[in-house]
Amino acid sequence: MTEDQNELLESEAHPLDGFLREGRIPHIFCPACSLGSITNVLIEAINESGIDPKKIAVVSGIGCTGRIAGYLNYDSFHTTHGRAIPFAIGLSVTDPERKVIVISGDGDLFAIGGNHFIHAARRNANITVICVNNFNYGMTGGQAGPTTYAGQFQTTAPYGSMEEPFNIPNLAVSCGAVYVARYTALDVRRVKEAFSEAIAKSGFSFVEVLGSCPTTYGRRNQLAEGKKILEVFAEKTILNHDADTRDIRIDKDSPIIVGKFVDIEDKPTLTDNLLAIQRVSQAKKGR
Amino acid sequence: MSKQKQEFLEVRTGEHFTTGNHAAAEGALSVGCKFFGGYPITPSSEIAETMALRLPQLGGNFVQFEDEIASIVGILGASWGGVKSMTATSGPGYSLMVENIGLGMMTETPCVIINVQRGGPSTGLPTLVGQQDIMQTKWGAHGDFEPIVLCPNSVQECFELAIEAFNYAEKFRLPVTLLMDEVLGHMSERLIIPDASKITKIERKKPKDSPENHLPYKPDENLVPPMAVAGEGYRVMMTGLTHDERGYPDLNPETQDKQVRRINDKIRLNKKDIIRVEEYMLDDAEYAIISFGSVARAAKGTVNRARKKGIKVGLLRLITIWPFPDERIEALAKQVKKIYVPEINYGQITREVERSVHGKTEVKGIFKLGGAIHNPQEILKEIEGDA
Repeated sequence: MTEDQNELLESEAHPLDGFLREGRIPHIFCPACSLGSITNVLIEAINESGIDPKKIAVVSGIGCTGRIAGYLNYDSFHTTHGRAIPFAIGLSVTDPERKVIVISGDGDLFAIGGNHFIHAARRNANITVICVNNFNYGMTGGQAGPTTYAGQFQTTAPYGSMEEPFNIPNLAVSCGAVYVARYTALDVRRVKEAFSEAIAKSGFSFVEVLGSCPTTYGRRNQLAEGKKILEVFAEKTILNHDADTRDIRIDKDSPIIVGKFVDIEDKPTLTDNLLAIQRVSQAKKGR
Repeated sequence: MSKQKQEFLEVRTGEHFTTGNHAAAEGALSVGCKFFGGYPITPSSEIAETMALRLPQLGGNFVQFEDEIASIVGILGASWGGVKSMTATSGPGYSLMVENIGLGMMTETPCVIINVQRGGPSTGLPTLVGQQDIMQTKWGAHGDFEPIVLCPNSVQECFELAIEAFNYAEKFRLPVTLLMDEVLGHMSERLIIPDASKITKIERKKPKDSPENHLPYKPDENLVPPMAVAGEGYRVMMTGLTHDERGYPDLNPETQDKQVRRINDKIRLNKKDIIRVEEYMLDDAEYAIISFGSVARAAKGTVNRARKKGIKVGLLRLITIWPFPDERIEALAKQVKKIYVPEINYGQITREVERSVHGKTEVKGIFKLGGAIHNPQEILKEIEGDA
């Protein structure tokens, strides 16, 4: 350990002081949950984006990931279950310069909130959506969700789930997202890169982060031990930016294909279109 | 002023012949609404259509969302973005909105919802009138809150109460419902839009302290906290969870009690400033009709007919449905032999009137279950039977 690191450990200050809300720590996340490191790189990505902090807004729905917005010292909004995206749209279109980031879980964004996701992508709403996919409903005690794969055990899938899971990046691509990436929480460097790129993007950018949830997913699927899920990620992950997103569904025995699958420039955003409508509607004004 | 130029004015001063739906939309624009999020539904769609046409001309935004849930949440987001926002719907859409009206109540978010009522339950009578959402606007969302619901009975009042709805929303920081009905929404009559200078506009109170010392949910004397919005440097924190004055989640009975009591009391204790009724020939009345919305027009006809026959009937028209004017009704109960409540539902306001009179007079509901308003004659017949 270097002298600098020692100094840091002994210091009362934390590198993220000022970016987290005073008095909100300790957080509610379980030991070995990956939401801590995801929050960490999200702050770094926002901070390094150079965007005026006043122009940042973070919105989440309900669930474990849904708690992240409330820890961040930006304009932050903790909405109802599934509804972060339409809230973000209301925030986004009222100030074209505002950068709105939605961070929420797979159940929140793709079960109860699925309709909003597909339409926001279709409209190319100028928001960044981050989904932390932990394959189950953690906050409510480990029920099966829209990303639960066949053969996975959860409290509401006591005989093993038999449903097909959503292939989230493919859904985002097919609905028109201009940026789509997926990484695992093990690879925080790439997660951060993806966050940075998504935040810099104009239009509907989407990042799926595969999270580690030992408490309610792991323990029912022989992955309870602290870093076991991350080890599985290490073992099964294949980096392939050129992958056809139709082929990257995550099943029990499939590899985990990660990468940046889509990065499109210059597609008009919902905000651009609304401003264009204003111009068209006002064209007759001076006559 | 030429019609073309008027398109680009917030306030289209002058005389118009138009529908309640158009009038309500113009009222919203007149008071500075700059964001509309909505989903098509009969019989309210003309409000969305008017906003789609007019808002961009005024530098505002119209978004047609994928459903009513997104619509209400979108306008909450826009309100936190710093603009006056609204949606419009009918009963089924309102049903989808109620959870997030609750979010608006808990987070004290100013916005306006117009509900143009049709016959229900379920798909019911999409193109025909109903007054069956009285209780939905009060008790629709879970938890305790005290809503403000306004009920116009003319095209002119659709315009005026749309303005009032925004003013209450901004003053007391809550979603306010303008409760119209299909007859009003689709009926055409004269609308006079006053000069822009005559329109009262209330804006939400802004915090005076610095962002460092700011407590976003510390109320002023009227129990309403000043509101910082996104982008002002206050690092707004909004949550639907029970929260303390800092806006932080604080899940215990004490904080819950303090917060929920306050968001109710800010309306209860200011009830006198909010409740509005119209009294017609009540001074010497021996019988009273309590009515609201389009039915109140028929009820006024009943009063006129009864008076010609020498029966002393008066009308108490409810303009504010919630908070309910209990005290005025209790006073009336001491005066009259009987109160008649014609309404297009199976007794939603009648039950409130029964509660308010404390047994001091007889109350009779005259119900239609949807699809048509009462005929003045049929209300009169009920009174004649007793007089």
